[in-house]
Amino acid sequence: MHIVVCIKQVPDSAQIRVHPVTNTIMRQGVPAIVNPYDLFSLEEALRLKDRFGGRVTVLTMGPPQAEAALRKCVSFGADEAILVTDRAFAGADTLATSYALAAAIRKIGENEAVDLVFCGKQTIDGDTAQVGPGIAKRLELQLLTYVSQVDDLDLAQRAIRVQRRAEGGVQVLQTTLPCLITMLEGTNEMRFASMDNMFRAARAEVRVWNREQAGIEDVARIGLKGSPTVVSKVFAPKAKEQKAEMIETESDQPRDIALTVVGKLFTQHAKLRGGLAKKLA
Amino acid sequence: MAEKFDAIVVGAGPSGNAAAYTLAKSGLKVLQIERGEYPGSKNVQGAILYADALERIIPDFRDDAPLERHIIEQRMWVLDDDSFVGTHYRSDGFNKPPYNRYTIIRAQFDKWFSGKVQQAGALLICETTVTDLLMDGPRVVGVRTDREGGSIYADVVILADGVNSVLARKAGFRPELDPGDVALAVKEIHFMPEEVVESRFNVADGAGVVIEMFGKITQGMMGTGFLYTNKDSITVGVGCMLSDFKAQQCSPYKLLEEMKAHPSIRPLLEGGEMKEYCAHLIPEGGYKAMPQLYGEGWMIVGDSGMFVNAVHREGSNLAMTTGRIAAETVIEVLAAGKACTAGNLSRYRAKLDDSFVMKDLKKYRELPGIFHRNPQFFTDYPELLNRAAHTMLKVDGIDKKTKEREIRRTFTRKRSLFGLMGDAFKLWRAFE
Ligand SMILES: Cc1cc2nc3c(=O)[nH]c(=O)nc-3n(C[C@H](O)[C@H](O)[C@H](O)COP(=O)(O)OP(=O)(O)OC[C@H]3O[C@@H](n4cnc5c(N)ncnc54)[C@H](O)[C@@H]3O)c2cc1C
Ligand SMILES: Cc1cc2nc3c(=O)[nH]c(=O)nc-3n(C[C@H](O)[C@H](O)[C@H](O)COP(=O)(O)OP(=O)(O)OC[C@H]3O[C@@H](n4cnc5c(N)ncnc54)[C@H](O)[C@@H]3O)c2cc1C
Repeated sequence: MHIVVCIKQVPDSAQIRVHPVTNTIMRQGVPAIVNPYDLFSLEEALRLKDRFGGRVTVLTMGPPQAEAALRKCVSFGADEAILVTDRAFAGADTLATSYALAAAIRKIGENEAVDLVFCGKQTIDGDTAQVGPGIAKRLELQLLTYVSQVDDLDLAQRAIRVQRRAEGGVQVLQTTLPCLITMLEGTNEMRFASMDNMFRAARAEVRVWNREQAGIEDVARIGLKGSPTVVSKVFAPKAKEQKAEMIETESDQPRDIALTVVGKLFTQHAKLRGGLAKKLA
Repeated sequence: MAEKFDAIVVGAGPSGNAAAYTLAKSGLKVLQIERGEYPGSKNVQGAILYADALERIIPDFRDDAPLERHIIEQRMWVLDDDSFVGTHYRSDGFNKPPYNRYTIIRAQFDKWFSGKVQQAGALLICETTVTDLLMDGPRVVGVRTDREGGSIYADVVILADGVNSVLARKAGFRPELDPGDVALAVKEIHFMPEEVVESRFNVADGAGVVIEMFGKITQGMMGTGFLYTNKDSITVGVGCMLSDFKAQQCSPYKLLEEMKAHPSIRPLLEGGEMKEYCAHLIPEGGYKAMPQLYGEGWMIVGDSGMFVNAVHREGSNLAMTTGRIAAETVIEVLAAGKACTAGNLSRYRAKLDDSFVMKDLKKYRELPGIFHRNPQFFTDYPELLNRAAHTMLKVDGIDKKTKEREIRRTFTRKRSLFGLMGDAFKLWRAFE
């Protein structure tokens, strides 16, 4: 079995600051990380590999520095890493990004057929959640989004059964391979890399593909040219002028304070109380 | 896998990078392990880099190292509550390349240094903590990490793991840190436009200023304050002995807040945007607190060996120098086909004794004790000095001779003549 996991290197949003005067978002000096949502997909892919055997290839499109993110994925257990990088990709929106990634996956498939593609549910910087579905459409893959669990995989029958979180419940879906899955966050926890894998990652040769090597001929469909969407401005919304309420308590005993605050919460949000009571029961 | 290396270096601060670089450059198989996400990720921001120590390791470092400003002026301030008496030393000699001292941002600098280490051929593994030293009888034969399959072997393990050095303590190479031997320093970085930095400190073309401060700002505790100019930011901080913070129940954060509010310091930071705040320990016990520095298959370098000259605020240069000398010792031992026994590694100590590292630390060996036992150096004297300056400079119809007498009287009122002479003698002995 061959699984391709698409990952994106993103600025660690926990460390992005907003400029106090201009209200713009300051990205310099912010460390780059693997998009956290992608790690749930990578972990699920690695678990499938543990259960059914096979190989996991991680793929990203990005600047040369994105190599660090790929190496990290190798340390978790991915077998191979491919970086698609070319000045021609700069300024890509989700349309152009999914076009380029789809081409690269097609190229990967020429060597070894791809059975499953994983994407993160969304990124923490672009937040569109469009790239996964975009790739699925272009490669004519079955699409399973918001997956919370992969129940079964039958390689002989080329069938897969998953649980998908839907509004108000869980759907159990079965479809055929090849397919594209985006995992829901919090469904698993990324493993702690072994020392062997740390060594392997430190020494791994990340394959670097330019536009031609990724099998892309039509330059009008990638980068800025292939991107109808333009992010014209990124800013932080102004804080709302909401009045804070001072809550008085009988005494300064922790128990008293806690009871008063919880009581207040419950009176203002009646639903919360019902929900909590149900959980406790 | 249990892979074997010639040397394992624990830590990727200045000392570990200097050691790993020197070893790898000579063709040895080197593994460096760092617990932070990347080198520099755990390191305090903003510092002074002394060129000489780095030049001996990477002669052309100026070509691409991330340097902020070269220092052309050093100010020394002795502060009272709302004034200071100070000296400025500014020299055009310091404004001619090759420059002697620079301000740097440690996170960027350590990353750059680490890049050089990896180019030299060392294998760097981050986000991995060395939890134990692997022993074979009395010999250190490798390290164990917090990862599965985490045992790795080497001829020698160099501990460059910083002031806390849990490893050296665990292995019994070093005693528990004495709160009287470490300072707790806090610092902040304030951003402002480059032009503001340059006009405020009267510098241009990448030149910069350092201000060293002591006196009332440490509220009677043994310590110093400092302020450096970076390219478009200012580093400001204060450090005092950990034992003093404990005894006075003073919070370092509050101390720094109050120091920043001093009427001589506040205008220098005006309008800046504070971006980072951090606290870190500095080993200041000096020569007398130094542990055993080598043994069967192991060596200690940098902060972990207490290599800090607190008087001159030199740390990273001692870290780099000890890292380099430890590495050179290993290279010689292995090249001679010998084992890294304590006997063969003892050359490390001999070389250090011969270098400025030990000579300087030895010279000031009495100072930490003296300052610690005599808090008047941080309270009474700064106050007296400032009052004297005020008295002399205030024009109020009183003749200078009377003023001098008045100053003398306040000095002896505060501290007996005997005490004054004793203090002078103590200082003279310590600096001699
Ligand atoms: C603040 C901001 C706002 C933006 N708004 C828009 C917008 O409104 N419309 C628009 O078209 N573009 C927008 N973009 C650009 C968009 O982020 C990029 O085009 C990006 O390449 C893909 O979109 P995404 O980050 O939203 O990914 P998502 O669609 O949220 O990502 C889903 C998954 O796709 C995979 N993936 C995404 N990008 C890559 C990659 N480069 N390499 C490998 N795998 C990847 C990952 O598995 C990821 O988890 C915005 C960018 C920013 C920084
Ligand atoms: C506020 C402040 C200001 C300073 N200003 C200056 C200055 O201006 N000029 C100057 O020269 N010096 C200055 N110093 C001192 C200087 O920072 C240190 O002397 C220097 O960093 C020591 O380098 P090192 O490599 O020995 O230790 P460190 O820089 O502390 O590096 C140790 C490294 O080891 C890693 N590590 C620790 N334990 C483990 C483990 N078990 N496994 C794996 N990795 C581990 C740590 O993550 C860290 O990266 C200052 C210090 C402070 C606190």
